[in-house]
Amino acid sequence: MTAMTREETQALIQEVLEAYPDKAKKDRAKHLAVNDQSVEQSKKCITSNRKSLPGVMTVRGCAYAGSKGVVWGPIKDMIHISHGPVGCGQYSRAGRRNYYIGHTGVNTFGTMNFTSDFQEKDIVFGGDKKLAKLIDEIEGLFPLSKGITVQSECPIGLIGDDIEAVSKKKGKELEKPIVPVRCEGFRGVSQSLGHHIANDAIRDWVIGNRDGDESFPTTPYDVAVIGDYNIGGDAWASRILLEEMGLRVVAQWSGDGTLAEMELTPKVKLNLIHCYRSMNYISRHMEEKYGIPWMEYNFFGPTKIAESLRKIAAFFDETIQVNAEKVIAKYEAEYQAIIAKYRPRLEGKRVMLYVGGLRPRHVIGAYEDLGMEVVGTGYEFAHNDDYDRTIKDMGNATLLYDDVTGYEFEEFVKKIKPDLIGSGIKEKYIFQKMGVPFRQMHSWDYSGPYHGYDGFAIFARDMDMTINNPCWKSMQAPWLKSAEGEVEKLAASA
Amino acid sequence: MPNVMIRKNDAGDLLFYVAKKDMEETIASVELDTAETWGGGVELTDGSRWYIDPISPPPVFPTTLRFKRGDE
Repeated sequence: MTAMTREETQALIQEVLEAYPDKAKKDRAKHLAVNDQSVEQSKKCITSNRKSLPGVMTVRGCAYAGSKGVVWGPIKDMIHISHGPVGCGQYSRAGRRNYYIGHTGVNTFGTMNFTSDFQEKDIVFGGDKKLAKLIDEIEGLFPLSKGITVQSECPIGLIGDDIEAVSKKKGKELEKPIVPVRCEGFRGVSQSLGHHIANDAIRDWVIGNRDGDESFPTTPYDVAVIGDYNIGGDAWASRILLEEMGLRVVAQWSGDGTLAEMELTPKVKLNLIHCYRSMNYISRHMEEKYGIPWMEYNFFGPTKIAESLRKIAAFFDETIQVNAEKVIAKYEAEYQAIIAKYRPRLEGKRVMLYVGGLRPRHVIGAYEDLGMEVVGTGYEFAHNDDYDRTIKDMGNATLLYDDVTGYEFEEFVKKIKPDLIGSGIKEKYIFQKMGVPFRQMHSWDYSGPYHGYDGFAIFARDMDMTINNPCWKSMQAPWLKSAEGEVEKLAASA
Repeated sequence: MPNVMIRKNDAGDLLFYVAKKDMEETIASVELDTAETWGGGVELTDGSRWYIDPISPPPVFPTTLRFKRGDE
C-alpha cells in the first residue's frame, strides 16, 4: 500500500469515529489528527492530557505507576515502600527491567517489593503506626539502604494518613532521608502526574541536601544523564558514548542511579535529558535554582546519535567537540555494517507506534536509518509540548493518536496494514493474533539496550527477526490453503 | 494569577511556561524591557496577553514570577 494522502487519513479517522455515540465521537475526534508539518503548535490539531473516556479501553497507568514504577523505582540503593494494599507493588514489581549493578537485598533493592500490605483494620484505624513499624523493620533487615521512599497507593489519600509526619519523625530517628511521595493513583489522568509529583518530591527532599557543601570535586566536564531508566541497559550504552567524549557522568537518573548521585546533580555543568516527559520538571527546577542548562538528546539510531553528540559537545570546549567527532568516526564502520546488513531486509517497511514518554518520537530516527517509515504514532500520556516536538519528526499526512482506545487502534491497523507495530504488552497478543508482527516497545520485548551505537545493532536485529520471522507465512491453517500448491508439491516429489 | 517560569530557549527568545496549565509559549513582546526595569504587559505568540508589575532591576532568567491575565 502506498502512502496515504491527507484526505484518505482524515477519512479513515472519520470512519473509525462512526462507531461511537455522538458525545464520545466529539471527545475522541479531538485526540486523533493527521500530521501536518506546517503546524507550529500541536494544540491547534490535537488535544492531549485529558481524562480518558469512560467505557473505552485505555492503556494508561496511574500516578503511583508514574512515581514508583518510573521515577523513584529504579533508584537502586533506596527502599521504595508501596504503602497500601499489596497488589500495586506486587504486580508492578521488576516489570520494567531497569537494570542495575549491586547485590539485591544487601545494598540494592531494585527488584524487591516492599509493601505495608494494608488490611481492613488499617483502612479503618489508619496505617501510620504500621508505616512506622515497617520502617523500623526495614532498618533492621536492610541496614545498608541509603534511604526510604513512601509511595502512596490510593487508600492513603482517601483515609487521610499523615505519611509526612511519620517520615519526618523516622527520618530524624534513623538519620536517613525518608521521602513521603503523595502519588496516590487517583491523582491526575495518567501516570504523567505521577512523574510530576515524584519530581516535586525529589526537588523538596533530595536536591537541596548538599547545598553549601563544596567537598565534591567537580570538573568542567560534569554532566548528568536524566530520564534514562536503563531498560535492558540503555543508560550504560548511552553513558559510554558520553565518557568516550571526555565528559564525566556524575549521575544517572534514575536507571542504575543512587541517592548520592541525585544529591550531587546540582553540581554538574549540564543536564542531559532523554525522557523529557517524565523529568523535565526537575531539569527546569535545577535550571532556575542552580543555573544548570538542560538539553534534550536522542540516542536512537546513528543519525540522531551523531546529531545529539554534536549538540552536546557544543556546550563544551573544543577538546570535547573534537572528541565527539572521533566517537562518531570510531563507530562509523560498525553502524554502517549494521545498516548494510539489515537495511535491504527492512527497506520500505511501515511501522505504527503507540507507546509513552519519549519513544513515539525518538525512535523514528532509528527506523528511518533502517529505511523504514513510521506511518502512525501516538502517546499514552503526553502533553502538548510532546506533540509540538513530534509534529516535525513525523511525515506529512501520517496519523497521530493520543490515548488511543483499543478499538481505534485495531481499526487503524486493519486499514493501514503496517508491517510492524511497536506498542505494549496489552496490545501484543491482539496484534500477533491478527497476523501483524509486533515488538513490545516498553521494555524492548525483553531485549535491549536500544540506546547508543551498541543498542542500534540490537534494535536492527530485533526488528529484522520480528518482521522477517517465517511464522508470519504460516498464518493460514494448512488445510485451508488452496489445493493447487499441494498438487504441485506431489508432482515434484513423485 | 499563575506562577510562570520564564526561561530563554536556544534561540534566545523568552519562553513563558505554566506547569499547571502545561503551556509553553514564546513571548512576542514585553512592554518594558530596559536595563532598569522589566515587566508590564506581555504578549505571547499565541496572542494572549498577561501582566506583571514592572520589576527593577530586571530579573535574571530563568526565574518564576506571578503573572496576571492581561485582559482583566
